[in-house]
Amino acid sequence: MDTLIRIRNLHKRFGDLHVLRGLDLDVRRGERIAIVGSSGSGKSTLLRCINFMELPSEGTIELDGKLLGRAKDGTAVRTYAEDELCSVRERVGMVFQQFNLFPHMTVLENVMEGLRTVKKADKQAARDRAAAQLAKVGLSDKVDVYPAKLSGGQQQRVAIARALAMDPEVLLFDEPTSSLDPELVGEVLRVIRALAEEGRTMLLVTHELGFAYHFADRVIFIADGMFHEVGTPDAVLKHPGKERTQAFLARFSEFTF
Amino acid sequence: MDYTWDFEVVVRNFPVLLRGVVVTLELWAIAFPLGMVLGFVISLGRVSGKPWLNTPAIAYVEVFRNTPVLVQLIWFYYAFPIVLGHQLGPFAAAILGLTLNTSAYCAEIFRGGIQSIATSQWEGARALGMTYSMAMRRVVLPQVGKRMLPAFTNRAIELAKVTSLASILTVHELMYQGRLLSSTYYRPLEILTVVALIYFILIYPGSYLSARLERKLALRD
Repeated sequence: MDTLIRIRNLHKRFGDLHVLRGLDLDVRRGERIAIVGSSGSGKSTLLRCINFMELPSEGTIELDGKLLGRAKDGTAVRTYAEDELCSVRERVGMVFQQFNLFPHMTVLENVMEGLRTVKKADKQAARDRAAAQLAKVGLSDKVDVYPAKLSGGQQQRVAIARALAMDPEVLLFDEPTSSLDPELVGEVLRVIRALAEEGRTMLLVTHELGFAYHFADRVIFIADGMFHEVGTPDAVLKHPGKERTQAFLARFSEFTF
Repeated sequence: MDYTWDFEVVVRNFPVLLRGVVVTLELWAIAFPLGMVLGFVISLGRVSGKPWLNTPAIAYVEVFRNTPVLVQLIWFYYAFPIVLGHQLGPFAAAILGLTLNTSAYCAEIFRGGIQSIATSQWEGARALGMTYSMAMRRVVLPQVGKRMLPAFTNRAIELAKVTSLASILTVHELMYQGRLLSSTYYRPLEILTVVALIYFILIYPGSYLSARLERKLALRD
């Protein structure tokens, strides 16, 4: 399989806080990667650097063989033009922890928005495509409702439909179920699993280790802004070789019955 | 007090006051929309995050907010023509002063409104590949209109009252006509009472309607 995303020596600093400390990652086309780790470990920041919600402080990102940004003279910092970032984001969709739906638009309008403004689709085509995406996430009966009237799980499914409508090459999920009531987590995870079966490239930051185990081709355990352990779900989640990974996983099984 | 009120002179000269009302309304109806448009443009500089736009926008707003309107109007009438090398009529100078002054306040209202929208809304839009201006137009601005309504109503009311300062530049608006009649007929108490009443009648319906509109918009949520 060919490499869709190639990340080299990625650093991110927020002031004095060094969040990502030199990460290298190759994401193959069609690959599903789960990123796990404690809060503050940098897992969300890594994801947000991939679609440039955060600009990397240092390092390079290649998308489909194309090196992004331009080196600033004589430094490791790269600058990114707005139109380049927009076209990258069009190809790299994101689903947020807090959904980030547009409250002044109906469900259907939310999903149509990117098609209309970014892809310049005509109204009927956008409407048809949006309706199809909503059907896929099981929300055909909610098209004319405003997001505020939906449950968290339904809102997140709308957000997934909105990202999918753009037909991105990669989908990034940033803790998609972390802000949901436990009984609503399942409906969102089922939608994500269905997408996984379509062979779309996906990166998922999550605390749902059981889901990560079934979902991913590869699991990354990240700690202190570095890749601590990387491998198959079986290797990382069932037979972790490193102490810190073991300690992290032990905390999840502390209260099982 | 044995002052005898006599409104006969006001009744006789009412057409003079009405001519003033027309000019007052003109000042307001020109300066307010212009001030809003200009204020919007300035607020875009203010929220852009680019220092070369941000710094002049802040300077502009602070100059107009921290000097008296009366001084600004007089300055635009007497000093600005010297800078410009071209004389401005009283009406034009008043429009200029009122517009710029009100635009500074409008810029702050727009800035507050735009900045009240959570970062997550920007991110939701940007993650779809929208440009800054698409996100602003389609996602941010449609959400701030309602929030800004009370502040803009206030500004409109404030401007309606401030137009009375244009009388200093001999613009023949309501206050000027009132003062003119007062000094002609020596009945300032009656005349200014009626002038005040006219201002109230002009301005109050606006505040009343906007309060109703606000309630209606609030109900829609």
